Amino acid sequence: MNSPTALNPTVKAALPPDAAILLEDVSVRYRVPSERINTFKEYMIRWIQRKIAKNDFWALHHVSLEVRKGEVFGLVGRNGAGKSTLLKVIAKVLRPTGGRVRVVGHVVPLLELGAGFHPELTGRENIYLNGAMLGYTRAQMDEKFTRIVDFSELGEFIEAPVRTYSSGMYARLGFAIAVDDQPDILIVDEILGVGDESFQRKCAARIDEYRVQGATILLVSHNANLVQQMCQRAAWLDHGELRAIGKPDEVLDHYHRSQA
Amino acid sequence: MANLNRSQTVYDSSERGFFALDELREVIRYRNLILQLTRRDIVARYKRSVLGIAWTMLNPLGMMLVLTVAFSQILRFDIPGYPAFVLSGLIAWNFFSQTTTAAMVNLVWGGALLRRIYIPRSAFALAAMGTGVVNVLLSLVPLLVIMLVVGRPIHLSLIFLPVPLLLLLMFSLGFGLIISTWAIYFPDVAEMYQIVLSAWMYLCPIIYTEEMLPAQLRYWLPLLNPMYGLIRLFRLPLYDGRFPTWPELWPSLLLSTAVLLIGWLVFCSKSDEFAYRT
Repeated sequence: MNSPTALNPTVKAALPPDAAILLEDVSVRYRVPSERINTFKEYMIRWIQRKIAKNDFWALHHVSLEVRKGEVFGLVGRNGAGKSTLLKVIAKVLRPTGGRVRVVGHVVPLLELGAGFHPELTGRENIYLNGAMLGYTRAQMDEKFTRIVDFSELGEFIEAPVRTYSSGMYARLGFAIAVDDQPDILIVDEILGVGDESFQRKCAARIDEYRVQGATILLVSHNANLVQQMCQRAAWLDHGELRAIGKPDEVLDHYHRSQA
Repeated sequence: MANLNRSQTVYDSSERGFFALDELREVIRYRNLILQLTRRDIVARYKRSVLGIAWTMLNPLGMMLVLTVAFSQILRFDIPGYPAFVLSGLIAWNFFSQTTTAAMVNLVWGGALLRRIYIPRSAFALAAMGTGVVNVLLSLVPLLVIMLVVGRPIHLSLIFLPVPLLLLLMFSLGFGLIISTWAIYFPDVAEMYQIVLSAWMYLCPIIYTEEMLPAQLRYWLPLLNPMYGLIRLFRLPLYDGRFPTWPELWPSLLLSTAVLLIGWLVFCSKSDEFAYRT
């Protein structure tokens, strides 16, 4: 199940100097019980009867991939192809079942914006709470606070409980917290339905600004045009396996032919 | 994550030290998160109530009142300063029952967060302990008032209270981590635990004194119930107004340390799986 590198840490391949994200033979296995066993009692009965059947589900299967520093890299694939799992493995949320993931630099995942907001707390309180979840200290958050409020365009609503926010305001606040820092690696999910059109433009401008400053961008998208326009390279993921990697138009070509 | 020379930071999934120490290192790095989660627990609970933070003091007072009426008026227990006796035991018990429940519930129901972003898995349990300590400190106010009212003088031994509180915290954290791990796999553990708690409470010297127990129970109960000694220890500097003797202290010290270590090891050895399970 484990790759040789995971089993034998002495065989450490050196990290290529221009790599930002390096996946070596990465696999993620979910064990899905074939029947849902919810209670402890039920589990014990089954366990005694030796009747716990589990199906393995490989969300990622031997994926090797390198994203270079300063590159805009696109990731395409259908729903359930393993794109989210791949992002979670990079963002440290899931530890891979096998293989090795290495990430160089400060990662800002623009996913799950506003995850962990508490509805009863004010915008201000949630900025500090969310910042802490992203690993910032109190002093760092004091320094970032004004910029975040300005970018979110929430004005005096920042003192109101988040439960009174519209979904657009909610997303704007989440986005403002996430992009305040210059990242080394930015993970962007295309589903950035953040607020109205003008705010979306502002978000795109901010992402582009980071790209110009040399951030590595990993873009997940269904939108072929967007991938073709923005990315230098792309990869196609299907059923947890890497099916193609290379120039965006070639990868998209493969992808579209398989869909037809 | 956000240190100064962060362009050098490399996350390597295959680089693992000893899992229990890894988690400890992450907790120290994310200490601000634990503070913020504690703050969230306390602030959010009282945001929409009129009496606000006063409920933390009124809650054990109400329960004490009920127990006092039931046991000293109806069942005629003859314990001097009974309200103070009950309340001091109850504060310790509430700390244990509330923090362990919160550690478990926050992890099971807050588990969605663990699937979305990385935070140290033990942050929820640690924040529950923080909330518990704040609640104990607030409950001390009505306790000290009640002690004066029923004529139990406050002694210098009060300065010893941080020690039993720390032991209680260590035990609760260790135990909370064990049942949290269990509840991740079987959500009904959370329901079962409430029943266990209500039975467990009567096995602790909260409403009765040790002298009221039959001789056999008086021997076995402290051995089998770790909370027995911890509650007694918590009550000593308050209600009894004296420092503990060494034989009263060391069993709880040893036990709390052991439970914390076991709980931490169990939890950390499984914590990588949580994002897969919840």
